[in-house]
Amino acid sequence: MRKIGTQTVVFENKPRIIGNYSVVGPKEGRGPMANYFDYILNHDLYGEKTYEKAEQKIMETAVMGAIEKAGLQPNDIDLFISGDLLNQIISATFTAKDFDTSFIGLFGACSTMTESLSVGSCLVDGGYFSRVLCGTCSHFSTAERQFRYPLELGNQRPPTSQWTVTGAGASLLSLKGDGPYIEMATFGKVCDYGVADVNNMGAAMAPAAMHTLKVHFEDTKRKPDDYDLILTGDLGKLGSEILIDLMEKEGYPLGENYVDCGNLVFDKEQKTFMGGSGCGCSATIFNSYVLQKLKSGEYRSILILSTGALLSTLSSQQGNTIPGIAHAVVVRRDE
Amino acid sequence: MLLDYLIVFLVGGGICLLGQILVIRTQMTNARILVTFLMLGVFLEAVGLYGPLAEFAKAGATIPISGFGATLARGAIEGASAGGLLGAIKGGLAATSAGIAAAVVFSYLMALIFSSHTKSNGK
Amino acid sequence: MLNKEQKDTYNKYVQAKQPYTKYFPTLLWAFLVGGTICCVGQGIYDAIMALFPELTKDVVQAYTLVTLIFISTLLTGLGVYDKIGSFAGAGSVIPITGFANSIASPAIEFKTEGWIFGMCVKMFTIAGPVLVNGIAGSVLVGLIYLCF
Repeated sequence: MRKIGTQTVVFENKPRIIGNYSVVGPKEGRGPMANYFDYILNHDLYGEKTYEKAEQKIMETAVMGAIEKAGLQPNDIDLFISGDLLNQIISATFTAKDFDTSFIGLFGACSTMTESLSVGSCLVDGGYFSRVLCGTCSHFSTAERQFRYPLELGNQRPPTSQWTVTGAGASLLSLKGDGPYIEMATFGKVCDYGVADVNNMGAAMAPAAMHTLKVHFEDTKRKPDDYDLILTGDLGKLGSEILIDLMEKEGYPLGENYVDCGNLVFDKEQKTFMGGSGCGCSATIFNSYVLQKLKSGEYRSILILSTGALLSTLSSQQGNTIPGIAHAVVVRRDE
Repeated sequence: MLLDYLIVFLVGGGICLLGQILVIRTQMTNARILVTFLMLGVFLEAVGLYGPLAEFAKAGATIPISGFGATLARGAIEGASAGGLLGAIKGGLAATSAGIAAAVVFSYLMALIFSSHTKSNGK
Repeated sequence: MLNKEQKDTYNKYVQAKQPYTKYFPTLLWAFLVGGTICCVGQGIYDAIMALFPELTKDVVQAYTLVTLIFISTLLTGLGVYDKIGSFAGAGSVIPITGFANSIASPAIEFKTEGWIFGMCVKMFTIAGPVLVNGIAGSVLVGLIYLCF
C-alpha cells in the first residue's frame, strides 16, 4: 500500500471482493434494477415489529449472504466494518452484536459503502486482517421518522427531495479468492458550500463529490474516460447535474460513462422526485448491478464514489448548513 | 341551500389556497402553517373581523384552523367580560376544550389500534 | 474553505437550477380538497342541527369539530390521510382535520418507543406549537380586552 498525491492510496496486493450480496425493499424491487438484486423483500417490516429491527435484519441478511456467496462461514471473518444512518449507528452495531468478530463502526452518512470498502481495503492490503466484511444499510421508514416526519403525517414532499432506499449491501474483501479487486481509494474531505435546505441533499453533496473526483484525477493523472463507469452514490437527478456542471468548470468534463446510483434505482413513475438516497442506495447498486457487470466483463474498471450529507436534525435546527463528503474507490477486473 | 355550500366551499378552499401559496413561496412545514393560520384567526377575531366572516361562510370559516384560533380568542374575550382575570386566562382553552380533548383521545385510541404504514408513492 | 461570497454564488446557482413546486396543480388541489373538507363539515353541522334542533349553535359546532377530528384520526390510522396530504398540501393541513392528523400521526408512529416516552411525549411534536401559541395568544387577547 502506498499513498500517491494528496488523498489517494494504491493497494498493491489487490484486495478482492470475493463475496457480495444485496437486499432491497419492495419499492426498489419494482424499480428498473430489480433483476440484479439478490433478494427483494415482500414487506418493509421483514417480519419484525419495528422498522429499526427490520433494518437490522436486512443488514444481517446482506452480511450472511455475502459470506455464503464466498463459500465461507461467519467465523471465517476477521473483521466487520459497517455503519448506517440511524443515531449511534444502531443497525450496524446491533448486527455486529450477534456476529462473533471484531467490529469497526463508521459514520459517513450515505458515503458508508465506499468508506468501509476503503478502510477495509487498507487493512486487508496491509496484511492486518485476512477477511474483512464491509457493508451498510438504510431503510426509508426509519430515516423518515428520524430525520423528517411521522409516516402518517399528511405533508407534501418538495420537488427537490429524494427517497431513502430500503436495502443493504455487503462486500467481503480478501487477498485470496476470485473476484474484481480494489485498485485504489481516494479519501474525501468534508466540504460545506453553504446549502441549508434539508430537502436538497443533492446540491449539498455535489461539491464534496466534485472535490474527491478532482483530487482523484490529479493524484492518479487519470481522466474520466479512463474508466468504463463513474458512479456517484446518491446525488440524485439535481445533484448529478450539478456535479456535471462543476466538473466541467474544473476541467474534467464527465462523459456518457457517468451515472448516479440514485438515478438508477427508481424510475420516473415511482414518483421519488430526484431519485434514491441513503446508505443503501450505492450499497445495493454496487453489490448487484456494478459487480455483476464487472464479473461478466462488460466493465473492466469502474470508479464508485458514495456521497454523504453529514447533518443531524439538531445541526439543521440550530441553523448550520449541510457539509458533504465523498470517498472514491476504483474497482477493476483482471485483464 | 346550494348557495350556502358554494360559499362554504369557496371560502374554505380559498383559505387553503392562501396557505398553499405560502407553502410554495416559503417551504413552510405543517407546524408552521398551522401556527400561522391559527394566530391569524386569533388576531382577526380579536379585532372583530372573524365573527362576520364565520357568519357569512359558516363551516368555510370555522373548519380551517383559523376558526379554531378565532374560537380561542372569542372564548378569552367572553371569559374576560364574564369572569375578569381568571376568565381571560381560562376562557380560550375552555371554548376549545372539546376539540383538543377529542384530538388527544382519538389519537390515543388510533395509536392503540394502528401502526404506521410505509409509503410508496407511485408504483 | 469557501468564503461567504463563494457560498452565496453556489446557492444562487443551485436556486436557479432546482425545480420548484408547480403552482397550478398544487393550488387547485389545495383549493378543491380544502373546500371539500369544509363542505363535509357544513354537512355534518346541518345534519346534527336537523336531528337535534334543541341544541345551540355552539354545541352543534363543537360536535361537528369532534366528528371531523374522529374521521381524520381514523383516516390517519388507516394510512389514508398522508396520501391525501401528498397532493392536497395545505388543503388538508389547514382544516381542523390537519390539526388532528398532526397529533395522531406521531402518536401512531412513536408508540414503538413505548407508551410514555414514545406515544405520549411525541404526540405533540408537531401540534405542540399550535397549542402553545394558541393558548398564549388567547390569554393575551383576554388580558388586552380586560385592559381596555
